Amino acid sequence: MALWRNLALVAGLVVLVLAPFTQATYGTYVLCSWLIFAIAAMGLNLTLGYAGQISLAQASFMGIGAYTTALMTMAGIHWIFSVFAGMGLCFVVGLVLGYPALRVQHHFLAFITLAFATLAFLVMRNEDWLTGGVYGLVGIPRPDFGPISTMSQRSYYYFTLVVFLFAFAGFRWIVRSPWGRAFKALRENPIRANSLGVDTRLITLLAFAIGAAYGGLSGSLMAPLVQYIDPMSFTLIISLKILLMVVVGGSGYLFGPLLGAGLVIMLPEFLRFAESYYLMIYAGLVVILMVYCPTGLIGLIDKTAAAFKAKRVARGDLGQGAQL
Amino acid sequence: MTAEAPVLDVRNISKSFGGIKAVDDVSFTVNRGEILGLIGPNGSGKSTLFNCILGQSRPDKGKVEVNGKPVLGMRPCDLSKRLGVARTFQMLQVFPQMTVLDNIILAGQEHSGTMLGRLMGASDAGLTESADRLIAFFRLGHLRDELAGSLSYGQQKLLDAAMAFMAGPQLVLLDEPAGGVNLTMLEHLKDRLSTYNRENGSTFVVIEHNMEFVMSLCTRILVLANGAIIAEGSPEEVRANPIVIEAYLGS
Repeated sequence: MALWRNLALVAGLVVLVLAPFTQATYGTYVLCSWLIFAIAAMGLNLTLGYAGQISLAQASFMGIGAYTTALMTMAGIHWIFSVFAGMGLCFVVGLVLGYPALRVQHHFLAFITLAFATLAFLVMRNEDWLTGGVYGLVGIPRPDFGPISTMSQRSYYYFTLVVFLFAFAGFRWIVRSPWGRAFKALRENPIRANSLGVDTRLITLLAFAIGAAYGGLSGSLMAPLVQYIDPMSFTLIISLKILLMVVVGGSGYLFGPLLGAGLVIMLPEFLRFAESYYLMIYAGLVVILMVYCPTGLIGLIDKTAAAFKAKRVARGDLGQGAQL
Repeated sequence: MTAEAPVLDVRNISKSFGGIKAVDDVSFTVNRGEILGLIGPNGSGKSTLFNCILGQSRPDKGKVEVNGKPVLGMRPCDLSKRLGVARTFQMLQVFPQMTVLDNIILAGQEHSGTMLGRLMGASDAGLTESADRLIAFFRLGHLRDELAGSLSYGQQKLLDAAMAFMAGPQLVLLDEPAGGVNLTMLEHLKDRLSTYNRENGSTFVVIEHNMEFVMSLCTRILVLANGAIIAEGSPEEVRANPIVIEAYLGS
C-alpha cells in the first residue's frame, strides 16, 4: 500500500514537472492557476476540513496577499519580502476573524465570515489611494532570483511549483503533528477535546490564522502571474469557488483540495466544446459527484481502490464472541 | 483516615436553578486512592454537583479544591493540565473519525512540552509507547488502528474511559461509565478500573445508576436525594440503610 502511494506521488510529481511541455502559454497559465488555487484551498481545508470551522472569506485573504505583494513589489521591494509581509498580515487578520468562532458556529459563523468578505471587498474597491479602486493595480513585476527570471510563463510555472511544494510540505507537517490531531479533535468534539487538555480557544484561532496565511501566500503568487489585480478577483464568488474545491476534492484529506482545485479550474477548459452549455454540464457533474460521493474525489478514489482490495472484516471483535 | 490532605475537598456547595435547589449545602472529601460512588435517583443533583466540581457551573455558594488548589473559574483544559483532573461524560464522547490510537494519544499530548514544541518537535516521542501500554491495559489492542466510530458501543465506552487515564491524572471523575454497556463488557470495565486504581493509587469519583456495578467497584458511597446527602458509608452499610431504600423505592 505504502509502495503504491509513493509510486503515485512520484508519478504525480513527474506529471507536474513535465506538464508545461505539453502546453502552450495559455495552458501553462491554467496549470499555474491550478497550483495557486490549490494553495488557497489547502488553507481552507485546514480551517474547514481539519478544524471544522466554516469560512467564506478565503478569497479575501488571497486579496490581502495579492495587494500586499503588488504594492510592495511595485515599490521596488523583492517578492520574497512581500510574501512574508502578506502572509503575516493574513495571519493576524485571520486570528482576529477567529474570535467570533469562539462564540458562534456553523451557519452563524458562515455569516460572520461573509460579512468580513464584504468588508474586505469594500476596502479594496473604495480605498483608491491604496488599492487603485475599481481600476485595480497594473504592472505588477515578476520576481527575479539572481540570474533566474520568471518572466516567461514556463519559468513562472516552475517558480509556482517550487512554492507550492514548500507549501504542501508545510501543510503535511502541520496536519501530521500533534497540532493536526488537535485540529481534528476540535472538529469532532470540542468539549471533550477541551476536557482532555486541548486549548480549544488557541487551536480555533490558529486554524483560522494558518488557513488565512495560506490564502495570503496564494494571493502573493497570483498577483505577479496576472500582473494586474482588481477587487473583482477576490469577491464572495471566488471564496465559494475555493469552498467548492475543498468540498469536491475531499474535505479533511491531504490531497483533497489539490484534486478539487484541479477539477474546478480544469473542467471548464475541457468543457469548452459545449460552449454556453458548459456551466450546466459543470453544475450537473458536481451535483452527481456530491450525491454519490459526499466525501469528494478522494472518497471516490478510496471507494474504487477498496473495490479492488481484499475485503477486511468490518468488526474484528466479532470473531472473539462476547469477550468484549 | 490518613493525615494526608484530601485529593478532592467539596465544601458547602449550593446551586439553584430558578426556585429549584439542585444542590443544597453539600460537603464531602475524597482521599487518595479512594473510589467514591455518587448515587441517587434522577434529578437528585449528581450532575449539577459534578459540573460544580469541574468548574463548568458556578455554584451559588461554597468552594471546591483539588489538592488544596481552588477549581472555580478554571477552564476545563487548565483543570486537566494543571490540576490533573480527568473526566468522562454521561454521553459517549470519543473522536469518531480518528483511530483508537490517535484518540488515546490526543488525550495525553497536551500534557507535556510547549505548544510550539508540539508543532516543531519529533511529534510523538514517548506518547505512542504509553498509548500502546494503555491500549493493552484496556485490551483494545486488536482495535488500535480502527476508527473509533466503527467500534461497538461498549468498545467506545471502554475507549472513552481509557482516554481519561492517558495523562496520568490525580483525580478521575467518571459520569455513568457503565451506562448502556452489556454484562460481559461491564465485568471487564469494572475489572480494569479497579486494577488501575490498585496499581496506580489514583482517585476516582463515579456517578452510576447501575447498583451492582457501583457496589462492587466503590470503596465508599454517597447517596444524594433532592440535592442533599442522605447517606454515606461502605457499600454494605448503604445497601442496608432504610433511608436509602425508601429514597429509591418510594415510601
